[in-house]
Amino acid sequence: MKAAVIVFPGSNCDRDAATALAHVTGRAPVMVWHREADLPEVDLIVVPGGFSYGDYLRSGAMAAHSPIMAAVKARAEKGVRVLGICNGFQVLTEAGMLPGVLMRNRKLKFICRDVLLKVETSNSDFTAGYNAGQVIRIPVAHHDGNYFAEAAVLDRLEDEDRVAFRYCDAEGHATAEANPNGSQRNIAGILSEKRNVLGMMPHPERLADPLLGGTDGVPMFRALLKALG
Amino acid sequence: MKAKVHVTLKAGVLDPQGKAVHHALEALGFAGINGVRQGKFIELDLAETDREKARPMVEDACRKLLANTVIENFAIDFEG
Repeated sequence: MKAAVIVFPGSNCDRDAATALAHVTGRAPVMVWHREADLPEVDLIVVPGGFSYGDYLRSGAMAAHSPIMAAVKARAEKGVRVLGICNGFQVLTEAGMLPGVLMRNRKLKFICRDVLLKVETSNSDFTAGYNAGQVIRIPVAHHDGNYFAEAAVLDRLEDEDRVAFRYCDAEGHATAEANPNGSQRNIAGILSEKRNVLGMMPHPERLADPLLGGTDGVPMFRALLKALG
Repeated sequence: MKAKVHVTLKAGVLDPQGKAVHHALEALGFAGINGVRQGKFIELDLAETDREKARPMVEDACRKLLANTVIENFAIDFEG
């Protein structure tokens, strides 16, 4: 599996993503600067977390229109897997590659801690390494993670089995108390229509090594490796 | 000519920042404020001097970048 990690000014999880990918796949990804208009031939593109362009205007709004994103969008349309983590998820919604928007957290605070996630579907190359219904622990670190979309859009995401993860309690119930940021229907991650684009607020790359306190992020990278060779 | 763009959250979209500002105003003793909605004000300095010619371009800029129309509305005023 060949992977690329996009680097914007203000990205700060690009190297974490690269380390996790190298650790699991044994192959270092290509780092691609946002000013590039072209991408190398890769099987997976990671749009990493951080504060691209200082979150100016809206989180992800400027990055969504940077030169490299046209190439990312074109590759996604051809079926290349795209993983947007945290700011990367914000960039993908702003670029129109995923529906909805990530608004300011309901309680206005920046949240940086581990949360529990219910894996809602194992039907994707990103989540095939988990069982549907499984509860995993993954950290979040964001100010704008409050997922919003119109009710009809949310219904459609659910009908098409495109909700990948929900914030939940230890028993896997998506309760209001387990929702850290006010996201509609506790949504933490969603898939595109063709299931080749995943956007998620939590950071699987930050729990991909026992030294970091956990490995619940590893099955995602292993599943991608298995699917993409 | 200047284009003055107001970007506001759509009705029904929760505005936690507006709510917090409202609470703070109440705490300062400002009574009779029923609600606060926070938005953005963006001023564009345009080469074009004809309002009707400028409007489509500014609307396009609002839709493509200045506002996220999933949650926001925009209003444009011209000056000068």
